[in-house]
Amino acid sequence: MNSFLAVFKRELKSYFTTPLAYVFLVIFLFFSGYLTFKEGFYEMRQADMRAFFMNLPLLFVFMVPSTAMRLWAEERKVGSIELLFTLPITVTQAVLGKFFAAWLFLVIALALTFPMVITVCYLGDPDIGLIITGYLGSTLMAGGFLAIGCFFSALSKNQVISFVLSVVACAVLVFAGMPTTLSYVSTFLPAGMVSAIGNMSFQAHFESIQRGVLKFEDLSYFILLIIGWIVACSIVLDDRKAR
Amino acid sequence: MIEVKELRRSFGPVVAVDGISFSVEKGQVLGLLGPNGAGKSTAMRMLACFLRPDSGTATICGYDIQQNPIEIRKSIGYLAENVPAYNEMTVGSFLDFVCDAREIKGKARKKALDRIVPMCSIESVYHQTIETLSKGYKRRVGLAQALIHDPGVLILDEPTDGLDPNQKHEIRKLINKMAKDKCIIISTHILEEVEAVCSRTIIIAKGKILVDSTPEELKEKYQCSLDAVFRRITKNGKQLNGE
Repeated sequence: MNSFLAVFKRELKSYFTTPLAYVFLVIFLFFSGYLTFKEGFYEMRQADMRAFFMNLPLLFVFMVPSTAMRLWAEERKVGSIELLFTLPITVTQAVLGKFFAAWLFLVIALALTFPMVITVCYLGDPDIGLIITGYLGSTLMAGGFLAIGCFFSALSKNQVISFVLSVVACAVLVFAGMPTTLSYVSTFLPAGMVSAIGNMSFQAHFESIQRGVLKFEDLSYFILLIIGWIVACSIVLDDRKAR
Repeated sequence: MIEVKELRRSFGPVVAVDGISFSVEKGQVLGLLGPNGAGKSTAMRMLACFLRPDSGTATICGYDIQQNPIEIRKSIGYLAENVPAYNEMTVGSFLDFVCDAREIKGKARKKALDRIVPMCSIESVYHQTIETLSKGYKRRVGLAQALIHDPGVLILDEPTDGLDPNQKHEIRKLINKMAKDKCIIISTHILEEVEAVCSRTIIIAKGKILVDSTPEELKEKYQCSLDAVFRRITKNGKQLNGE
């Protein structure tokens, strides 16, 4: 537990001792605001945050891999992984420590979008429950993307390669659930397969949580996804740490 | 304290360490000598439990490197060849991280830092970020990291590489001071270092042990300087133990 906390603390601090955190936060907040207003936040004349949450998957496809790419790739490139794994720290503790630190950083980024909540509350009388589940869904989605990014970061020493691979993997998982994709695949695949593809994508699960419905299947989808990619990351890292 | 049996490791077709066996007791300073690419660093990385051997075993303080890597890492201090560290951290926060990972807390931490910082002469750079340090200071920070928990076993991979003559002298003095109550392995290709600090030398080339002797014995046997002995042995590449 202590080793986990040591890695967690160091990682979280490292975001804020480099310009990385600030660059990321500014760009993330700018685009999350820009996309929301571009979608017609005022024109909708509804006091809710749908316009904000709707665009988050697209934004996350690029932003989360950019946080995740350095997690292991940098460590392997610089060689500090040799220091890390000659301290009494197991691979699992290190992977979890880094993952949770990065996740918390993304949660901080999400929390900083609070002016949006204030705006909605000022303009009307929004359903607070919906906003909370919206943020919960976004947090889970960020965790899912991050776990994927973590895996690809462990796979390659090159940060650009790990970034590109995780963007592709995340994009596939988002776009597989888009109505256009599903209607296209339904022209040549049986209905069962189409619904399987739809259920495997982020989109359906994120939307259902965001609508305020907390279903076991949606929560377990994200949790299993995170666990799966984290386990894969640990295995890959254990195998490749010294290469 | 260290018992190595038939340790072997290859990288693809290249055999880096080819079945080496030796043992080191408390109070001994073993110098691993060899040309570049002889397998010194690979052997040390295996002892520090960073790399897994393909076959063979080693025990340190009674723990097996394959079964109890975490226990071993707790009881050894390891300085890797390129002195990996987290460059964006200050020396102070870096040592704090190492203390966190090694579970040195409260008063014990203060005591450890009060002991190690003057010992490695890094007071003047304590608040500086590691990336701004010169090679010599970086190596001393690495050494501080390896010694902070006062381990019984020290594994130092080229501890004086890149240091100026004064710094080399300081480090050798430090090693000599610690020698009597620790078990130390250092690797080097600087022969004067062997004469200055080692009570025993093992010469390895192409992953095999060629000689296991003391510096004095070698000089006596070959009636020439250690430099000439090293050249003769590693050029011939033959096992001289049985001669």
